[in-house]
Amino acid sequence: MISRLFSLARLGTLIAKESIQMRRDKLTFGMMLGVPLMQLVLFGFAINTDPKELPAALVAPTQDRYTRAMVTALELTDYYRFIAPDASAAEAERMIARGDVAFVVTVPSDFGRRVARGDHPTILIEADASDPSVASGAISTLSEVAADALLRETGQEAEAAQRAATQLRVAVHRRYNPEGITQYNIVPGLLGVILQLTMVMMTSMALTRETERGTMENLLSMPATPLEIMLGKIVPYLIVGAVQVAVVLLAARAMFSIPFVGSLSLLLFGVFVFVLALVILGYLISTVSRTQMQAMQLTFFFFLPSLLLSGFMFPFRGMPLWAQYLGEVFPLTHFLRLVRGVMLKGADLADVAAPLAALGIFAALLTLVTLARFRRTLD
Amino acid sequence: MSAEPAISVKGLTKRFGDKTVVNDVSLTVQRGEIAGFLGPNGSGKTTTIRLMCGLLTPDAGEGIVLGHDIRKEARRIKLKVGYMTQRFSFYEDLTIEENLRFVAGLYRLKRARKVVEETLQDLGLHSRRKQLAGSLSGGWKQRLALAACIMHKPDLLLLDEPTAGVDPKARREFWDEIHALAAKGLTVLVSTHYMDEAERCHRINYIAYGTLVARGTVEEVVAEAGLTTLLLTGTSAQTSKAGARLKGAQGVEQVAHFGADLHVVGRDGAALRASAERVAADTGCTLTASETSLEDVFIRLMSESADNMQ
Repeated sequence: MISRLFSLARLGTLIAKESIQMRRDKLTFGMMLGVPLMQLVLFGFAINTDPKELPAALVAPTQDRYTRAMVTALELTDYYRFIAPDASAAEAERMIARGDVAFVVTVPSDFGRRVARGDHPTILIEADASDPSVASGAISTLSEVAADALLRETGQEAEAAQRAATQLRVAVHRRYNPEGITQYNIVPGLLGVILQLTMVMMTSMALTRETERGTMENLLSMPATPLEIMLGKIVPYLIVGAVQVAVVLLAARAMFSIPFVGSLSLLLFGVFVFVLALVILGYLISTVSRTQMQAMQLTFFFFLPSLLLSGFMFPFRGMPLWAQYLGEVFPLTHFLRLVRGVMLKGADLADVAAPLAALGIFAALLTLVTLARFRRTLD
Repeated sequence: MSAEPAISVKGLTKRFGDKTVVNDVSLTVQRGEIAGFLGPNGSGKTTTIRLMCGLLTPDAGEGIVLGHDIRKEARRIKLKVGYMTQRFSFYEDLTIEENLRFVAGLYRLKRARKVVEETLQDLGLHSRRKQLAGSLSGGWKQRLALAACIMHKPDLLLLDEPTAGVDPKARREFWDEIHALAAKGLTVLVSTHYMDEAERCHRINYIAYGTLVARGTVEEVVAEAGLTTLLLTGTSAQTSKAGARLKGAQGVEQVAHFGADLHVVGRDGAALRASAERVAADTGCTLTASETSLEDVFIRLMSESADNMQ
């Protein structure tokens, strides 16, 4: 019989075989269904490019009616949420440096008096512009809202208030990034993203390769302890990570002129803890994957949401609360706070203690889980 | 030969899920002995070997390997055992020399550089030491693996189908090497499918479907099976006709063609002879008595244990 150039039956056989293989690989199949769902939920619900209800601190030594009116009006815009309504100037400074608040609104103690006298009342709004997109929406509505707030005041002071509103000055300070340059936000963040992708993927593949090629059996039959094997895998990649850090930091300075106001040694220490957590995570992935393909898929399964929810691509504070809680699970989230804090805001050890501790806990927990999971035997 | 055996395991059992891969296997290998480990594919040979060198933990049973408990002292056992895996499991993207240095380093060998150098010389691979291990042929890979396994001077060598896919000359040389090592006092447990290799062992152990079913020297195992083997010779047309008629005939358990010769095997010697004589007369074949081979015994053992499984 002459073999036809194209046979539907043959095609059918090939398709059937492919489908069976697809179903057999449970992990891949799960990802094919899981990834689109995850993307839908994250892109659809969590991401918000016009962030609202951003945390703010209020510094107002005299809490008079004008001050209260101003605060109410600002909250009504939905852009501001005063989590520290009665902060001292020093406290507020600390909070914005740590990234706990995106804004500090300062109403000077003579504000009420100046309104009453109609003498150019001034309020100061400091915005954390290390993420320019966070600040823009909130700032753009500001002057109008503030003036309206005063106008709404009625009664005997109404006239004075009206006069004051026309003279109201809103001073806006874009802190840490006065020109609102996007690179200031992105490039330090990229350090985290690049490290995360390469470190996790490299380590997860390195160990899985041993299993896949059968060399693991040989390695286990020789006298090497799990700790030795783990460190033996991790240390070379830590060195690769160190080179990457040097390259990114030099490029940040030379190509993008990103300011570096904080302590280099503090940043390097933070990077070390972060990379350690990543490498151990990669190792953990490799203990659950059977093939390098699976290891890569798991890496991306982890990589994608951390990219979206960490505050790298979209403002962290702009996400709904559930997404923010979810974001806290990723080491990248904490690293971004640390790297932006140190590089752009000159944060000191006390300021970045929280993200540093979080990264340390990640590394420690992952180490414990990984050592427990490591198969000294082939069972 | 010291009194304490190199391997002494009792009641070893290993399950993967609900599948019992090794079932109550007891095995003793004396020091300095070359013990053959035989059995059909998937019979649990590899798993038993892995249990003995501490790569797997048994679900039941116990064992002493080189004086150490396989459950508690796997690390000590690993230092004294050389395990050669079924599949080549050194690094194909490392050179021959790099692989040997790696092994020497893991065992913390003293004067590692010199040991590696000597091993390369013994292997005859000194000139090719910079070659990637992945580019070696099957026979050379096997020689490299064996050299790497014995570099730390183990007391016991566990070889899992070491000669699969290796040409006859390389196989012969490999076995010469094994005998030389055993003569120096090394104990060797080697799993294989090849009957000629089984016959090169001092003693053999036969495992089928996870259960040890026969052990002893080749002569003992053959004698114990109590089989009668007859040989029919004639033209190929005659023997193929005879073969067809003898299949399923009374007393005939195995019918096997070897070229134009026909091998018939059975336990009931009288019945076998009666059937064979009748068929030989009808087809014009010549009937002679023959010696039972190890292969005849193994095929008998295999079908027996397969029956027991059902």
